[in-house]
Amino acid sequence: MQDDENVKQKGSGVSRRTFLKASGISLSIPLVMGYKVVKVQGAEVKVYGPGKVPLNLSINGKSYTAQVEPRVTLLEALRNELDITGAKRVCDRGSCGACTMIVDGRAIYSCSTLAIDAQGKSITTVEGLMQGDTLHPVQQAFIDNDAQQCGFCTPGFVVACKAFLDKNPNPTAEQIQKGLGGNTCRCGTYMGVRAAVAQASQKGQKGGKRNG
Amino acid sequence: MAEYKWPDADKRTLIGKRISRIDGPQKVSGRAKYSFDINRPGMLFGKILRSPHAHAKIKSIDISAAEQMPGVKAVHIVSDVGTEIFWAGASIVAVAAVDEPTAEDAKRAIKVEYEVLPHLVIDADLKNAGEYATPANENKVGDPDKGFSEAEVTVEGNYGLPVITHCCLEPHGSVMEWEDDGKNVLAHLSTQAVSGSVSQIARPLEIPATNVRVKQDHIGGGFGSKFGPDEWDITAARLSKKAGGKPVKMFNERDAELMVAGARPSAYAKVKIGLKKDGTITAWESQSWATGGKGSGGSPPLPYVFNIPNQRKQHTAVVNHIGSARAWRAPAHPQGCAITMTALEDAAAAIGMDPYDFFTKNIELTGQRAPIYTDEMKIAADLIGWKKNWHARGDKTAGPIKRGLGLSIHTWGGLGHQSDCDIAIQPDGSVELKMGTQDLGTGTRTALNIIVADTLGLPMNAVKINIGDSRYPASGGSGGSTTIGGISAAARRGSQDALEQVFIKVAPSLDAKPEDLEAVSGTIRVKSNPAKSLTWVQACSKLGATPLTVRGRNFPNAPGNLTNQGVGGVQMADVSVDIETGVVRINKIVAVQDCGLIIDLKTAESQVYGAMIMGVCWALYEEKIMDAKTGRMLNPNMEFYRLAGIADIGELVVHMMTGKGYDERGVIGLGEPPAVSPGAVISNAVANAIGVRVPYLPLTPDRVLAALEKKGGNNARI
Repeated sequence: MQDDENVKQKGSGVSRRTFLKASGISLSIPLVMGYKVVKVQGAEVKVYGPGKVPLNLSINGKSYTAQVEPRVTLLEALRNELDITGAKRVCDRGSCGACTMIVDGRAIYSCSTLAIDAQGKSITTVEGLMQGDTLHPVQQAFIDNDAQQCGFCTPGFVVACKAFLDKNPNPTAEQIQKGLGGNTCRCGTYMGVRAAVAQASQKGQKGGKRNG
Repeated sequence: MAEYKWPDADKRTLIGKRISRIDGPQKVSGRAKYSFDINRPGMLFGKILRSPHAHAKIKSIDISAAEQMPGVKAVHIVSDVGTEIFWAGASIVAVAAVDEPTAEDAKRAIKVEYEVLPHLVIDADLKNAGEYATPANENKVGDPDKGFSEAEVTVEGNYGLPVITHCCLEPHGSVMEWEDDGKNVLAHLSTQAVSGSVSQIARPLEIPATNVRVKQDHIGGGFGSKFGPDEWDITAARLSKKAGGKPVKMFNERDAELMVAGARPSAYAKVKIGLKKDGTITAWESQSWATGGKGSGGSPPLPYVFNIPNQRKQHTAVVNHIGSARAWRAPAHPQGCAITMTALEDAAAAIGMDPYDFFTKNIELTGQRAPIYTDEMKIAADLIGWKKNWHARGDKTAGPIKRGLGLSIHTWGGLGHQSDCDIAIQPDGSVELKMGTQDLGTGTRTALNIIVADTLGLPMNAVKINIGDSRYPASGGSGGSTTIGGISAAARRGSQDALEQVFIKVAPSLDAKPEDLEAVSGTIRVKSNPAKSLTWVQACSKLGATPLTVRGRNFPNAPGNLTNQGVGGVQMADVSVDIETGVVRINKIVAVQDCGLIIDLKTAESQVYGAMIMGVCWALYEEKIMDAKTGRMLNPNMEFYRLAGIADIGELVVHMMTGKGYDERGVIGLGEPPAVSPGAVISNAVANAIGVRVPYLPLTPDRVLAALEKKGGNNARI
């Protein structure tokens, strides 16, 4: 790894050293694993890159490694480096939910999360919801209620529904509409999604009605 | 030769039932691979540098820095020096690099100089179009002067809807590679036309079409915008060639997808309707204009569905720099419907008539489908409570929330396209269908599975369905709602022929004639004596060592009444409008639709739900907002190019017209018709709620408030 302490940032007119000084940040010794530690207002902060750094992710209970630049998102790392392609890149800026993953129990937009920031955390993707050959109840409910057409938003929607139901096992219709407002479908499968969530909830209204 | 027909209602085991899509498990588990998900060994990532100008000439291009960057494997100039650019976002230079960040950096290292030329990107006001406008000749039907002189009331209004963009969630693109020492191209393309894309790829690459293979397991949305390879797909193939055949993945970024990969033409019109006080329509006059970008915009069908006896129409096509138009779910119909049905509703309001009665009174003008519309209107009115909830224009109740009802009717063709399939029956009884079609999420795979299994008397899982490969028998592109009719007719013919072949082989063993046999519940048995039977596997063992392969076909005027065209649908909406904020909320929309014989009721209903939701999107939110000064799209993202979310659609109710009187017509396409009416039906409900027409879609709060401000007038702020 190159020592970039004095590397002039192209086009910015401000060297990293000047920037660090101006921000009241001091650089400490470089460490292994592709990052440096700097002190920012008394706290130690990891600084990666700008070249490729080793990445270690725990996805669906398995450990994966790759080499990526620090600017690579969690979504891109999975799709491009690890061939885990269930989560989709659609809006690429945190507004459509097609890239939803569960990180440490919380639903997140993986297009707006850096891969390096997801290290040491437990990542669940749509690929991790099945138990062997058995579909997760949310997945089965999506099929039963035809909550999918082209299916491109479906992995994100399924993961978002799973995370939502984990926190709201008995949601009202209003809670479903509010809680799943972060996922966009272009084919128009929302009636099916509503019915699927109702079916997969603890109340388990099997065969939730789409009509009405 | 078998008589090709659909089984009678009492003989159908699967057809017309509510069956879950067979690729559902793949899709919900993330195992479904879209072209965008394809990762190939040694794959490079392609990116495109795009024009920031809506109209320009390229003065110079310098790619030297990009070419020398480590990790960059190929650079290709798409639009060379001297090329005229017609829209912002047009491709200038493409790069392929080992990863996305490197490709992104290489793009930034390219220098392009432009000579900026004048542009036009806003077409809502025809006066500004100048030289870009080409007026067509006046078109007359009947005697419009006489029609207007007979009218007791004349109603005039302005109506329109802007250019919108497809916003497919899977962007347009492909993974392209050269195989076999640069001889053959393998294209993993996101397309609505697997078979039809082959020659479109071969031609620009100047190779025989037989050297191209197109594959696609799943597609993440098309809606009319993905009928073949795009310039950037061919560019990806060129980059691949330059990089020694390595696969190149080239998919639009979201901003490019919204800027260049799809646009539904706009449509605006000044409409005059002549009518009598009893509701009889005597004349129609319209001056309309539209743009589809560089390709201008043709006239939508005006007046829509109602064939008014006396008409005077004049249309002006506007060429501009907003992008390039593409087919959109029911091309031209949503525009024609939105203009006509809102103008008619205004006419009904002007004579104080309930639009339900007004439409009913004039329903004969719709021609042969008048009885179907009449039946559908009754059902829709019951489902939405029209009689109970409709009020004269303008909700008179106190408070800022006003509620209203609207209605609209529509039509579409939907005849099955040309389609071939191969059905193979193996001596062990396993069955496979191969067809070069594609499943847009409409349930094509599932429909094929239902038809083959139902015809052969087998369960769904006894049949394997293989589609999405240009090496399979050719099938038409999925547009115009032609797929379900085409693939169903081909699969039915093929299955019937295959079964007949099995009957011939099996008949001696059952001591019967082939025509006396039937396939029921996994057996082949004698019709008059069902006890005389063989299991399907036993029967297939009589085929000998070689599998039986039968070609099933659909083509124009093919034998048997298996597919048909022409449907009618009715929609009604119930909305609430906050007159203080201008926000429109959908309470309920009802869709009543016919489509002939339904193969899978579950996925058919999904088509209608989806069409209504897509309609809510363009009725309330969607607009390609252009900046007059820079010529660029201001909202090429999904925050500001807003689509409806799960809370925005109200309650949706679907009623399919099915059974006797409909089934006998054969299979008719469904994807498009229910997508036609939503704009009209929501606009009409809003007018009924607030007492004034909001003339232009989408019905955003600013437009609603502007219309309220001008109450009584008919020109909202554009």
